[in-house]
Amino acid sequence: MPQALDTLKETPSQTAGPYVHIGLMPNFVGIHGAHAEDLGGRMLNDKAKGQRIAIEGHVFDGTGEPLRDCVIEIWQADAAGLYPSPSETRGTADPNFAGWGRAAADPQSGLYRFETIKPGRVPFPDGRLQGPHVSLWIVARGINLGLNTRMYFSDEAEANAADPILLRIEHRTRVPTLIGTRTGDSYRFDIHLQGPDETVFFDI
Amino acid sequence: MSGRSNEAPETGPFYPRDRLWHPPALTPAYKTTVLRSPQRAPISFSNTMSEMTGPVFGPNIIGELDNDLIHNFAKPGESAQGPRIIVHGRVLDERGRPVPGVLIEFWQANAAGRYRHKKDGYLAPLDPNFGGCGRALSGEDGSYAFRTIKPGAYPWPNGVNDWRPAHIHFAIFGSGFAQRLITQMYFEGDPLIKLDPMTGGLSDRRAVEQLIAPLDMARTIPMDATAYKFDIVLRGRRSTMFENRLEGN
Repeated sequence: MPQALDTLKETPSQTAGPYVHIGLMPNFVGIHGAHAEDLGGRMLNDKAKGQRIAIEGHVFDGTGEPLRDCVIEIWQADAAGLYPSPSETRGTADPNFAGWGRAAADPQSGLYRFETIKPGRVPFPDGRLQGPHVSLWIVARGINLGLNTRMYFSDEAEANAADPILLRIEHRTRVPTLIGTRTGDSYRFDIHLQGPDETVFFDI
Repeated sequence: MSGRSNEAPETGPFYPRDRLWHPPALTPAYKTTVLRSPQRAPISFSNTMSEMTGPVFGPNIIGELDNDLIHNFAKPGESAQGPRIIVHGRVLDERGRPVPGVLIEFWQANAAGRYRHKKDGYLAPLDPNFGGCGRALSGEDGSYAFRTIKPGAYPWPNGVNDWRPAHIHFAIFGSGFAQRLITQMYFEGDPLIKLDPMTGGLSDRRAVEQLIAPLDMARTIPMDATAYKFDIVLRGRRSTMFENRLEGN
């Protein structure tokens, strides 16, 4: 036997379960007093630069029923395409924009909603620019490993056409599953876990 | 936002995730996965800044009782009911290096196995002094600790007579959004673990064992609380984009 590698295995994922709100957004489910405010509910303040937008939609299961118990987190660049992270080496991101948000599906309608700004473009490792996009992470009862996807913007057709990740998708009919549809300052982004319109999910 | 000024920021891509180590999306014994599991292969691509960066939380968001579930929802002078325990461990990456300054959120049922959530209809009683949520930041050495009560096992509507082993849910941020992880910690010696459809989704017995916290007598507080150790491993990453520079990689 050769020597063992000094590497560990990632802790296995387990489902977030039906009571995920208790841990991630306790005030949302009426647990007040433990934390003053649920994290991720406000992504920006009045001084944040960029175009104010909303992103909303449903997450649908294999029967077309919306999930009413999921939690979604988003992560995105600021208006200049910079991330507020120590790993960001290209500049300093807008201090008035968090880049990260968290929302629960409405317990009755299943609608989720984020109020944010439209992100700038971020380069791919080879220097090509990606289309503006928001990264999403979806957890819920019945999801064993959090699902990663992205939303691109319907009014960025030219940038989307050159996006290295969208270009990688072999089945071109699936690309529209990653495009949020603009109405005014709001983008509709529905996520389908299964079926003919199954959203493209990523192994990142 | 990071106070770790002496440390070169890690900016490289993450090691690919070993998806076979995780439960597959479709685990029919856990019935809810049947309609919620994507059926097409996920599409892989090299990490970009969107995956290698992630939110950072400072100590300013952590309240004094956030790591004390025995008291953070209790009336003044009172405390939650149940066996008092300390849960502690370290957040490491796949290279065994500490991951400092990351936010860990945890939630659980009370000692009777009941969650403070309107969707939980189990007949066991709520504890008026127990909310069931807390959070902590990992220290410079990746360590974290919190006090709580040992949660109870509870029945759940899956099979006719399915019981979840006692567990605590954990949600962990890393230094990049691609490290985001939710898992559950189980307790050494619980006979319900081997009957559980959720851990049953793990194909490798060692993966199940990685989720079981041993009793840690060295960290107990005599006449106060027993202790369980739960280390968490996040995906590892290369330290820089310059892969021809060997040192530090």
